[in-house]
Amino acid sequence: MPELSILGRRLPKVNSWAHLTGSAKYADDIILPRMLYGRLLRSTEAHARIKRLDVSRALAYPGVIAIVTGADMPEKMGIMPSTQDETALAVDKVRYVGEPVAAIAALDEDIAFDALSLIDVEYEPLEPILGIEEALTRDDVKIHDESKRGNVFKEVHLSFGDLDKAFAEADHVREDWFFFEGNTHAPIESHSCVANGEANGNVTLWTCTQVPHYLHRELEKVLGVPRARIRVIATPNGGAFGGKSDPFAHEFAACLLALRTKRPVKFTLDREEVFYAHRGRHPVKMRIKTGVKQDGEITGVHFQSWLDGGAYASYGIATTYYTGALLTVTYRVPAYKFDGVRVYTNKPPCGPKRGHGTTQPRYAFECQLDKIAEDLGLDPLEYRKRILQPANSRTVNDLRITTMGLGECLERVGEATGYSKKHGKLAPGKGIGLAGSAYISGAGLPIYWNEMPHSGATVKIDRGGGVTVYCGTAELGQGSDNMLASITAETLGVLPEDVHVVSGDTSLAPVDLGSYSSRVTFMAGNAVKDAASRLREQLVCVVAERLGVPAARVVTALGRVFDRDDPETGLTFVEAAVAAEARYGTLSAAGWYKPPPGIGGTFKGAGVGPTPAYSYQACVAEVRVDLETGVLTVDRMVTAHDCGRALNPVNVEGQIEGSMYMGYGEVIGEEQVFRGGLHKKPSLLDYKIPTSLDTPRLEAIIVESVDAEGPYGGKEAGEGPLNPAIPAIANAVYDAIGIRFDETPITPDKILDALAKKKVRVGPTGLDDDHDAKASLRRLNASTDARERKRDA
Amino acid sequence: MTKQLLTLRVNGERHTVAAEPHHTLLEVLREELQLTGTKHGCELGECGACTVLVDGVPILSCLTLPVQLGDAAILTVEGLATGATLHPLQTAFADEGAAQCGYCTPGMLMAAKALLDANPRPTRDEIAHAIAGNLCRCTGYTAIYEAVEKASRA
Amino acid sequence: MLRLPRFTLLTPATVSEAAGMLTEHRAIEEDAAKIGTPGLTVMLVAGGTDLYPNMKRRQFTPQTLIALGRALSRDIRNGSGLRIGAGATLTSVAGDPRVQRGYRALAEAAISVSTPQLRNMGTIGGNLCLDTRCNWYDQSLFWRTAEGMCMKTDPTVVCRVAPSSPRCLAVASADTVPALLALGASVRVANATGERVMPLAELYRDDGLRPLTIGRDDIVTEIVLPPADGWRSTYLKLRDRGSFDFPIVGLAAAVRLEGGIVREARIALTAVGSRPVLVNAAAAALVGTKLEDAAIAAAADAAHKVARPMDNTSGTIAQRKKTVPVFATRALAALRPN
Repeated sequence: MPELSILGRRLPKVNSWAHLTGSAKYADDIILPRMLYGRLLRSTEAHARIKRLDVSRALAYPGVIAIVTGADMPEKMGIMPSTQDETALAVDKVRYVGEPVAAIAALDEDIAFDALSLIDVEYEPLEPILGIEEALTRDDVKIHDESKRGNVFKEVHLSFGDLDKAFAEADHVREDWFFFEGNTHAPIESHSCVANGEANGNVTLWTCTQVPHYLHRELEKVLGVPRARIRVIATPNGGAFGGKSDPFAHEFAACLLALRTKRPVKFTLDREEVFYAHRGRHPVKMRIKTGVKQDGEITGVHFQSWLDGGAYASYGIATTYYTGALLTVTYRVPAYKFDGVRVYTNKPPCGPKRGHGTTQPRYAFECQLDKIAEDLGLDPLEYRKRILQPANSRTVNDLRITTMGLGECLERVGEATGYSKKHGKLAPGKGIGLAGSAYISGAGLPIYWNEMPHSGATVKIDRGGGVTVYCGTAELGQGSDNMLASITAETLGVLPEDVHVVSGDTSLAPVDLGSYSSRVTFMAGNAVKDAASRLREQLVCVVAERLGVPAARVVTALGRVFDRDDPETGLTFVEAAVAAEARYGTLSAAGWYKPPPGIGGTFKGAGVGPTPAYSYQACVAEVRVDLETGVLTVDRMVTAHDCGRALNPVNVEGQIEGSMYMGYGEVIGEEQVFRGGLHKKPSLLDYKIPTSLDTPRLEAIIVESVDAEGPYGGKEAGEGPLNPAIPAIANAVYDAIGIRFDETPITPDKILDALAKKKVRVGPTGLDDDHDAKASLRRLNASTDARERKRDA
Repeated sequence: MTKQLLTLRVNGERHTVAAEPHHTLLEVLREELQLTGTKHGCELGECGACTVLVDGVPILSCLTLPVQLGDAAILTVEGLATGATLHPLQTAFADEGAAQCGYCTPGMLMAAKALLDANPRPTRDEIAHAIAGNLCRCTGYTAIYEAVEKASRA
Repeated sequence: MLRLPRFTLLTPATVSEAAGMLTEHRAIEEDAAKIGTPGLTVMLVAGGTDLYPNMKRRQFTPQTLIALGRALSRDIRNGSGLRIGAGATLTSVAGDPRVQRGYRALAEAAISVSTPQLRNMGTIGGNLCLDTRCNWYDQSLFWRTAEGMCMKTDPTVVCRVAPSSPRCLAVASADTVPALLALGASVRVANATGERVMPLAELYRDDGLRPLTIGRDDIVTEIVLPPADGWRSTYLKLRDRGSFDFPIVGLAAAVRLEGGIVREARIALTAVGSRPVLVNAAAAALVGTKLEDAAIAAAADAAHKVARPMDNTSGTIAQRKKTVPVFATRALAALRPN
């Protein structure tokens, strides 16, 4: 590959300046003439039938302009076309506390808030289902009538190789149970949108979404308005992390209210509402049985997962498969069986959070490998390096592996921290832990079956040398706009700031499936490179002819198109563009990307797991435990990440550091927990996002494997580095105090309790020890009764 | 409730606006003055996104009633640059990738500016304490430390 | 976004003007114990960092707010000890060299409150009058509607923490209070008829709904600290995160040493009950000792006995209870002469 002029350099993001001067327009920053303010009425019941819903008093309140309810939008919707079980607003039944029931548009937000209490709703309470085991066994209560067994949403079973033989041949077999608590994204920007109803019946929606294209499809379905009449514009997201990748009630409500009033309507959720919108990390109970030879070589793995999905499907079918799909891509696993079940419960729906479905099993597996290494007397680092899945191979579940940098990642974090010298040898209360992991560079399949590209882009060059790139990706802060500009600039030989980016607009930009599953750099990057390359070819041809040299010798870089062998001879980019336009006509080209065939298997369920390239990463964490107070301090975390090629190293490091940070938060105390169906801590005071004073020293190490299919060799960097952080800390805690934490989060109260009771392990022992939810419910009923009695007396 | 006339000195300019007395400085800045650079993440004092400087001191605009500010100098992110010249914090944040999604950034810049004005060469620990009231969900704070350190050397 | 309910703001220039307004407006109001917090029609506000979030969540919906910003002194002055105007911000208290030198527990407690921004806004007087906190109470109107109200917002219903409790179990959560208790502080209280000085300990009672003993007509105007001669003090705080969080255990210890012998001692606790408390038995265990291990252990044991955390904050009862003697031991060990 020729030398790169833009990619690989530590350049500021092209959209930084807007962020740093306050001029970036997030959805809530949009103020339009005649704009109305919306608010959602949410269910106060976890599970209930709506007996009566009367908005007449609220509608009569001065300043209220319009109200819509579930009956106005009864069409089923949901992000996955095969499992659509939601409606925009609740119809007939509510299934979690916080579920949107009605939407008000008023002259200002104070009026909308006041009017909420004037909507009369009468509920007929139903028994809520709050835990996994209960959901599996209770046939008498159905959250969704469609569930055949209990409240099961989806059950999957996959088997590869001869597992019985694998366990029979093993010298050592371990069976461990784990529980990963649910948690949520908590972006600092709460969800917000503005819809504008136009006189001709068209509607434009500005919204912080990761998936403008998928949202576009759902709006058409629910509103009954053709997609050609709807325009979705993804505004810059103030953080998303998976939490803005479903279609949401406020988006439908804003559009319908805007269409009815022919006015702009804004909805901005308050922080508490964001916890109810959720779609975050599933609570998952897991059992892993792994057989190994005396030297640690894995003979087979049986992995079982039970996912608490909350009240609706969201991405749940993919999440379920993801808990089982990627365990085979890191270490050699010759026989593998996966059983996964996702259940409905009366809680806010779970969905994809950074690491989607792979974070929980990775935690379990890497903790178990730590135990296996100890059982066999092996150094956990050397052990992992010995059993690596090779590059350019296929896994037992038929996943194609190309570049594979896990070995180098392990080596680099080991060197940076002196892991093997410290592990097992630190003073009591101090520990060091290690874990490896992998992630996808985009899902191999779109969420709806089609044979079209996954990502499309157009690039145009104007006569002044300005370049515009159009692509349907959504900017979340992950740097996708900068990636589009940088790849375009590299390919055409201009500077990133010469490139104008139009992203996330369904009317202006070709379809990209969206900013989820870490697909944008790989897929949109390839699409943009494809489009820009077509224009580059025109520039090169016309300049080669002008200079009288072979086209192969013509280089485009830094605003010039010139002869490689005689760099002084050439044209400026503007001259080249003018010459090319004169020769070929208006300079515009489309490009696209679709993953190649054959990257995965053909069995049912093979659609989840394949990707054009896996990223790999390893993390070492160093911790201290205060043995008297149980306080866990993580002093330092080092993560090495194989990103193919670092197209912008500053950005890649930022993603690695941010992922470590988020993983740290999940293991140290973030939890989305409930009492009798009601969220226990829906605020940023009680939901414990780490502050600057808590966050460990974070060190990012970039490992480059230069993937042949990635755009200029790049792979993903946004999600994978979260995964090893959590087991690395859990393993470090074991090294510090000799207690295995087979459940998350690892909080001071759990540590103190385990120390006092001299426990060697904290975690589940089976599927049926899930008593908490029921106990809370009993308590809720008891206190409700007591309250009523006091009232009666 | 009727609106009241209110004169605020924001970014060196006096603006007279009509605002309802129960509306916070955050609401008045964003909705009456359309200075939407100041963000909000919780409106309860639990995130720091709405931080602005009042007479150089970082405060939360979501918990401040503008009528009580009198003629105090209010600085928002829109007033951080001097004319066309960006503040060293702004360029350093860009160079170090300290703004990912950019949403906590205006509040973070304000907290960092107050720190550098009082303490031009802060240690990393002092920076961590100065931004302890500003939650960032993207960066893990590392790039922010590097940016503030870089700006302090500018 | 979440907004304040509508209210009228009054901005008196002096304490007596404020006291007059308070008397005038609160004439129509009944006892908080009968009406619950949303029934209060007039309230005082200083920094607003506690009240405004509570109002946004509709825990309070006063029609009138009397802002004390102009009326209260912000000065920290030398007296026989130190006199701190109730309007002094927590930042200024924490940063005052006299406080740092002579009243270290107070400086440590003040700097541990929430975040830099909130310390720049919040006042020491406001911290003293901080509303008690509870997981069932510090929630939005929506949340409390879904859960069912609690005793503190609706006295006709039970306490959600312990349905059989005759009183509200909300938790005292102000960091500076145990520090000031350990330092022997008094408070000056004014109303329309005059002013008085009372020991800080007498400002509080063991009732989450009505945590303050002073009348609804009263305004805390000043904190009075005795001379610091020979006293050494410190404050330790348990919380989940390094900032933002309220204490789930707060412990202040102060000793006055003469020739290495403890002549006087005070240990105070917060966040483990509805009232911040001075642990007299702990102090008694220390007087006359040289802070030997055995003496510290006896004091720690006494502190442990007094702590009665309930399941209504972050953390667990066992964790918070266990942390109390650990903090007592650490705090007292830190006060040993070098």
